[in-house]
Amino acid sequence: MNRPLTKNFQSLGPPLSLAEYEKAGGYQAMRRALTAMEPGQVTALVNAANLRGRGGAGFPTARKWSFVPMGKDAPRPRYLTVNADEMEPAAFKDRVLLEGDPHQLIEGIIIAAFAIQAEIAYIFIRQCYTTAFRRLNTAIAEAYAKGYLGRNILGTDFHLALHLHESAGRYICGEETALLNALEGRRPVPRAKPPFPPVIGLWGKPTVTNNAETICNVPHIIQNGPDWYRALSLTPDGGTKIYGVSGKVVKPGAWELPLGVSMREVIEEHAGGLRPEVKLRAVLPGGASTALLPPDHLDIKMDFNSMQAAGSRLGTGTLVVIDDKTCIVGLVLNLLNFFARESCGWCTPCREGLPWIVKLLKAIENGDGRPEDLTRLKEQPRLMAPGHTFCPLAPGAMEPLQSALTYFEDDFKRHIQEKRCPWK
Amino acid sequence: MLSPEEIQEIQTALAHCESNFAAGLDALKIVQRRRGWISDETLQEVARFLEMTPAELDSVATFYSLIFRRQVGRHVILLCDSVSCWVMGYESLFEALKKRLGIGFGQTSADGRFTLLPHPCLGACERAPVMMIDDELYGPIEEEMIEKILARYE
Repeated sequence: MNRPLTKNFQSLGPPLSLAEYEKAGGYQAMRRALTAMEPGQVTALVNAANLRGRGGAGFPTARKWSFVPMGKDAPRPRYLTVNADEMEPAAFKDRVLLEGDPHQLIEGIIIAAFAIQAEIAYIFIRQCYTTAFRRLNTAIAEAYAKGYLGRNILGTDFHLALHLHESAGRYICGEETALLNALEGRRPVPRAKPPFPPVIGLWGKPTVTNNAETICNVPHIIQNGPDWYRALSLTPDGGTKIYGVSGKVVKPGAWELPLGVSMREVIEEHAGGLRPEVKLRAVLPGGASTALLPPDHLDIKMDFNSMQAAGSRLGTGTLVVIDDKTCIVGLVLNLLNFFARESCGWCTPCREGLPWIVKLLKAIENGDGRPEDLTRLKEQPRLMAPGHTFCPLAPGAMEPLQSALTYFEDDFKRHIQEKRCPWK
Repeated sequence: MLSPEEIQEIQTALAHCESNFAAGLDALKIVQRRRGWISDETLQEVARFLEMTPAELDSVATFYSLIFRRQVGRHVILLCDSVSCWVMGYESLFEALKKRLGIGFGQTSADGRFTLLPHPCLGACERAPVMMIDDELYGPIEEEMIEKILARYE
């Protein structure tokens, strides 16, 4: 099976240098795009490949690019920002790609920037990814030295400056408009949309933000064509996906697999199945802001449409396996505590509502819950639905809560009736 | 007063930035790396250098959990308290660290060696439970490893 994203990974030691990456076929896609294609043709190939964004929302990448005003009179400069903040709990798939093959990301950035005719690009990386930061820094310096970044790349009239921005630890910076405020050096709260960043973004100029994994796919589409790329996938959406498993399994890790493999295959064939002493209770399929699914959902395919049809989301594609010795109320409390702490404080429902939910969950978990607390909890997903808050943080927080109340209501009731956590 | 080295490093950062504002976080990090934390005086010095008001720079500084506006110990322990680590034994790791260091979250050990902070998912879930000390990641951590890990830090 084809594993384009991870084919250059070294089992030990540093990733491929620029020279080694080129020897393995790297930077040929860049060459093709910059010297033999028009920007619009690049976008057309990515569109035909059905590449959907790997950051969590699954928005078609080429469509996002097509919102950027092009032509002689279009505003300049234009920006490409690459989201490598990856602070979603349970997600570690971008880290694997950043550490494993930094030149793949840089090549993808050059091609994507060419497609939207951006002259400045940023990689936005979290501070805690120290190894990835070092490796990217080295790779960027190599690319500048070789003339793949900077002025007149490959003798063309295309210029690209690439900066690595190291953040300082706030989840909200991964929201695309907060990310822009962060880069501008403002307090990184989200911005109102519209205007949308591809039209009015960084410093008011057209800006596309793509997830790091998304960008890593771009060179392979240009190099091998959209038909090849679509055939990698088990679904109409193209490509492979970095799936990850953490939690109570024998062999936690990350693997590049065809988009659309089932949760069962990922857990049983790649993660070695559940640890022998436990039974499966639930799966958190794609990061903290996705809905929990009970064990009878294991055969669902991990792609955008199938996961949505099952009432959850593909999200980051990194799932957490939760066993029968783990308390679901405690788990949801942990998740909501994260969201309450990471709320930026800009809008009231999120800033005030999330700590209030944490208070209710804490009371229930500690055996101090009352039956009416459950009624209050059930109201919250509606009150913090999309449209009631300024950005998707709080609606995202409602997904695990809502699903826990749907599938595991008895667990909440037992805590309240027994006045204690039955799992402690 | 900013030192000549600090000024030089901030100027290098500024060269890549499209406005003084955009260099704010970089400048805070440069100074924090040398001084350990950002005092009110430090904040004012950096703000003056970047031609920002202290309030403008502080609105950035106070937002980020890894810009320290209070004094921290010589080493900062970031203990991951997110979902994968929680499932894999974060709570007992936290208890063991509390007992060993005699401090809770947000506190610094009496000898000034360690400050203990909770941190969202460190993105190393396959190694849960994990923690970072300064720039180094550790995991999966079992209680009996704690002593040996801490011993590496003066």
